Order: sequence, then C-alpha cells, then structure tokens
Amino acid sequence: MTIKDIRDILGARFIYGEDHKDREVHAACGSDMMSDVLAFVKDSAVLLTGLCNPQVIRTAEMMDIICIVFVRGKMPDDNMIEMAREKGIALLSTGHRMFSACGMLYEKGLRGGSPYR
Amino acid sequence: MMNDKIKLCYDVPADDFTRAGEASSNVKSKLKMMGVNPEIIRKVAIAMYEGEINMVIHAFGGTIDVVITPDEIEMVLKDDGPGIENIELAMQAGYSTAPDNIRSLGFGAGMGLPNMKKYTDELNIDSTVGVGTTVTMKVKMNER
Ligand SMILES: Nc1ncnc2c1ncn2[C@@H]1O[C@H](COP(=O)(O)OP(=O)(O)OP(=O)(O)O)[C@@H](O)[C@H]1O
Ligand SMILES: [Mg+2]
Repeated sequence: MTIKDIRDILGARFIYGEDHKDREVHAACGSDMMSDVLAFVKDSAVLLTGLCNPQVIRTAEMMDIICIVFVRGKMPDDNMIEMAREKGIALLSTGHRMFSACGMLYEKGLRGGSPYR
Repeated sequence: MMNDKIKLCYDVPADDFTRAGEASSNVKSKLKMMGVNPEIIRKVAIAMYEGEINMVIHAFGGTIDVVITPDEIEMVLKDDGPGIENIELAMQAGYSTAPDNIRSLGFGAGMGLPNMKKYTDELNIDSTVGVGTTVTMKVKMNER
C-alpha cells in the first residue's frame, strides 16, 4: 500500500509531504511511547501515534520511518512540520482513534512486525 | 570508504527536551554522507538517540563523543546526573523511574537501555550515584 492509500483508508489529510504519496509502505507500528517504537525496525514503515511533539519526528528520523499518522485529529506545529520537511517524512492527520486507525489499515492488509521477544 | 579516525563531540543541553536528539541526528547525517551501510547507521542512530534522551530526562544533559574508524563506531555519553543505583535492574525491559510528566512526552517505557543493548555490539555502563553516568557503546562496521 502507498502513503496515498493510507490517506484514503483513514480519511486523513496531508500536513506535509503530498509529494511522497506514491511511496510504498511495508509495515506499520502504533504507539504513544517512543522507545516502544524504537524497538521496532522495519524498512519503509509508517508510524501511527497520538503523541504530538518534536521527538515523534526525531524517532521517525532515527528509524527511517517514511510517514507519520497523527490520530485523534492531532496536529503537529510548524517546528515539527519543518523537521519533517528536512528529513522528507510525510505527515498525515486523521480524526480516527488509534485502535480504529490501526484496525482499518490492518484490514486492508498492512501488518506490524513479529511479536516482541 | 575512509581510512582516518574521525572524532565528533557534542554538548547535550539540560532541560531542553525539544532539542534532544540533535546530536544523534547530526551523527546520522554525517554517517550517511560517509556512505556507511544504512543498517549500521540505523543501529547507531537509535542507540545514541536513546542514550541522548536519557541524558536529558534522567540527568542534566552532558557530552557525547563519537569516534568513527573503518572497523567500528564508538559512542561515549557522559553526564554528571544522579547516577544509576542498580544497573542490572535498569537494564530490564519495562523498568523505569520516569515520572508522569515524562511519560506524557512519550518516554518512560523502560525500553531505552534494552534497545541500546539490542542495537549495539558492545554496551558498557559506568555509573556512580550522585556523581554521574558514562555509557559506552560500540557498533561494528561489518558484523551482525
Ligand atoms: N543517564 C542516566 N542517568 C540516570 N539514570 C538513568 C540514566 N539512564 C537511565 N537511567 C535509569 O535507568 C532507567 C531505565 O532507563 P531506560 O532508558 O531503559 O528507560 P526510560 O528512560 O525510563 O524509558 P524509555 O527509555 O523507554 O523512554 C531509567 O528510568 C532511569 O532510572
Ligand atoms: Mg530511556
């Protein structure tokens, strides 16, 4: 699935990075705890989170995550958008809550990693 | 790729949560420019970022020295914070002393040190209560 597909499935809107809409997403991770996210490494992943501060962008940067979806209508501020722009990370915002957003993507075939050991 | 030893030094400011991670971000960009394998870069970036965040949320900032050689990348993170009383306990997944205000910022899952162990080839923690903590990590250029 592409970033554009994610936008469509979640009825989300681009905050930044519509140019990246055709990039393929291979895996997803949903969490509000950044170290939880940092334990998960997959190429070309999307992060779903209800957390909205600059460390979300940093975390995505460290992991080479290509797209962040802010759930519950969270909106990143200008500083966060600028950080995402510098690193080429697409930002989406959806009104859905975490559980629903993850479920909708899962239903369309997107998967997470293997269980944590 | 490179034959010399490259040393990078960073000051990590205290109480500046917004800027925490800038040093790790800078190292990541530099390694990219040097053409280091992306998997290695990701391991270094994640491990260093976890350590950098720990210096800001558990101590009062500090310094990070990174030494890059053709064989490995070494990171030394030094702070003069409160120190870690029981390192073995701190290393356990899920153990955290982070207060609620840190949790609401997305940290305090007790996963940072386990992640640092997972993504590095060597991790050494030297800590004295009331004096500070030095975390040394190494990532080999062509292992794992
Ligand atoms: N530099 C440090 N100075 C003092 N204490 C530290 C330092 N680094 C870690 N600790 C202690 O070790 C504990 C575990 O650290 P760890 O990074 O694994 O988890 P955390 O930082 O609490 O949460 P997370 O990393 O998941 O956001 C911390 O809660 C803290 O008590
Ligand atoms: Mg930590």
